[in-house]
Amino acid sequence: MSVKQISVFLENKPGELNALTGVLADHNIDMRAMSLSETNEFGIARIIVDRPLDTATLLKDAGYVCTVTTVLAVDIPHVPGGLNQVLNILSDAKINLEYGYAFLGGRKDSAYMVFRVADNAAATAALRAKGIQVVEEGELESL
Amino acid sequence: MERYYQPEIETMPRDQLRALQDERLVKQVRHVWDNVPYYRTKMEAKGVTPDDIKGVADLHKLPFVTKADLRDAYPYGLMGKPKKDCVRIHSTSGTTGKRVMAFYTQHDVDLWEDCCARALVAAGATEEDVCQVAYGYGLFTGGAGLHGGSHKVGCLTIPISSGNTERQIGFMQDLSSTILCCTPSYAAYLGESMKEMGLGPDDIPLKAGIFGAEAWSEEMRQDIQNTLGIKAYDIYGLTELSGPGVSFECSAQAGMHVNEDHFIAEIIDPDTGEVLPEGSKGELVFTSLTKEAFPLLRYRTRDICQLNYEPCSCGRTHVRMAKPMGRSDDMLIIRGVNVFPSQIETVLLNNGYAANYQIIVDRVNHTDTLEVRVEMTPEMFTDNLGEIDKRQKELVAGLRSMLGLSAKVTLVAPKSIVRSEGKAVRVIDKRKI
Repeated sequence: MSVKQISVFLENKPGELNALTGVLADHNIDMRAMSLSETNEFGIARIIVDRPLDTATLLKDAGYVCTVTTVLAVDIPHVPGGLNQVLNILSDAKINLEYGYAFLGGRKDSAYMVFRVADNAAATAALRAKGIQVVEEGELESL
Repeated sequence: MERYYQPEIETMPRDQLRALQDERLVKQVRHVWDNVPYYRTKMEAKGVTPDDIKGVADLHKLPFVTKADLRDAYPYGLMGKPKKDCVRIHSTSGTTGKRVMAFYTQHDVDLWEDCCARALVAAGATEEDVCQVAYGYGLFTGGAGLHGGSHKVGCLTIPISSGNTERQIGFMQDLSSTILCCTPSYAAYLGESMKEMGLGPDDIPLKAGIFGAEAWSEEMRQDIQNTLGIKAYDIYGLTELSGPGVSFECSAQAGMHVNEDHFIAEIIDPDTGEVLPEGSKGELVFTSLTKEAFPLLRYRTRDICQLNYEPCSCGRTHVRMAKPMGRSDDMLIIRGVNVFPSQIETVLLNNGYAANYQIIVDRVNHTDTLEVRVEMTPEMFTDNLGEIDKRQKELVAGLRSMLGLSAKVTLVAPKSIVRSEGKAVRVIDKRKI
């Protein structure tokens, strides 16, 4: 019903993201999705990887401040109105989105949307009741 | 009509006061010799024994106690009483090397509160007053000292502690507080906040304030007096010696009377250690005459100061000290406000950040700027940008409240603050003054 996302604190200056991806590359970590949020001075890189817990440990060892957050990954039909249909359901269920980002995941007919919500279980139940696929733990990692 | 808390002592003729000091000093030196091996060793190294000290005239024979001694003897090494006889500690903020910790017997607490009560009465306090103590409570001496003094005077005491400005102003209005005790910068900040809330001096019944724990200028006094509609009195003290109330201002607002029945003040040449003639400017040194648990003899304060033995219009006979004119430590003056790195550190720690920080002072368009760079920690990091932003704003507010200055807070990556020989470089002052 949910996937593990790693959020990493980065200073907003040249080379910071590059240094992070360098650490991932050095350890053969494969990224499935990434989103960047920024303020003037710092940002958060949110990543979904093939080995989330290993990655969190090695980032901490490399001196990064990071946190593992459970987020909702939803299978979105790759058709006009696909996302709208999913958001209608969440909206009707009064579920607030803190943030979200999309990625394709290499398939033709559907895409993925990652959502951060307060209550993953409630969001999952609402979506499943309407026949929307919510990605299981491990599913994204093994893409 | 000037009022006193302990008139017989506060207006004691100087020859009697000197006799009292002589008697107490002889006793105190004996107490220290018998109970504080650390200081006894220093006396022996100087070839002095208690028999050499017959009165204040012999004070110069005694060795000094410095901050370095406090550090060497930390925490229990300068105690004059066994732990079982002590009832409390107070401590300054700061890293272990800089932290000052002092101990009190019940008797020490009692005399300290008397000193604070004298300051309150000198500021006009009576048992009719409502005294809002907005100094920090806890390890800091400010809250406890004025709280105890306020009790002794019989004021209705509001132990509100520092911070939460709107609540402070709300209490002032609801309970009709008449006396305010806090740091001068916080008093100025309260005044500014009241203005922003559309309140003027006539909207609060405050009549006097006792403001200490940091140096403040005469201009700042005028400013506070005008915005709050009060008389603003200075109070001086050091944790090492008990806390606030070592000296205090009277109605004349022209120097702070040293409570000379408890403390002997000397002015020395900071380079040679020689005692300087009356009226000279030099480093202030205090000897505590009555402290049992933490009896410091000839403690070097590092405050550059001047003593005034002229009679005072208030009738008190005790010597007056000027506001300290400078220091020989890490204090910064930013937009006229005195800032100790330890104050900033206190705010960081209170807000849950680690003590990994750097203070950058610069001057842009003739105005000083203060930036505090703070390392992000796992505890303070969250996936939620809004939450990080909120914590950052709280930190800015906390710094403003503590320093009376707005600071820019920059969150930086862990371990990104330069450490030389394992110790961080705390202050970078880029100003060219």
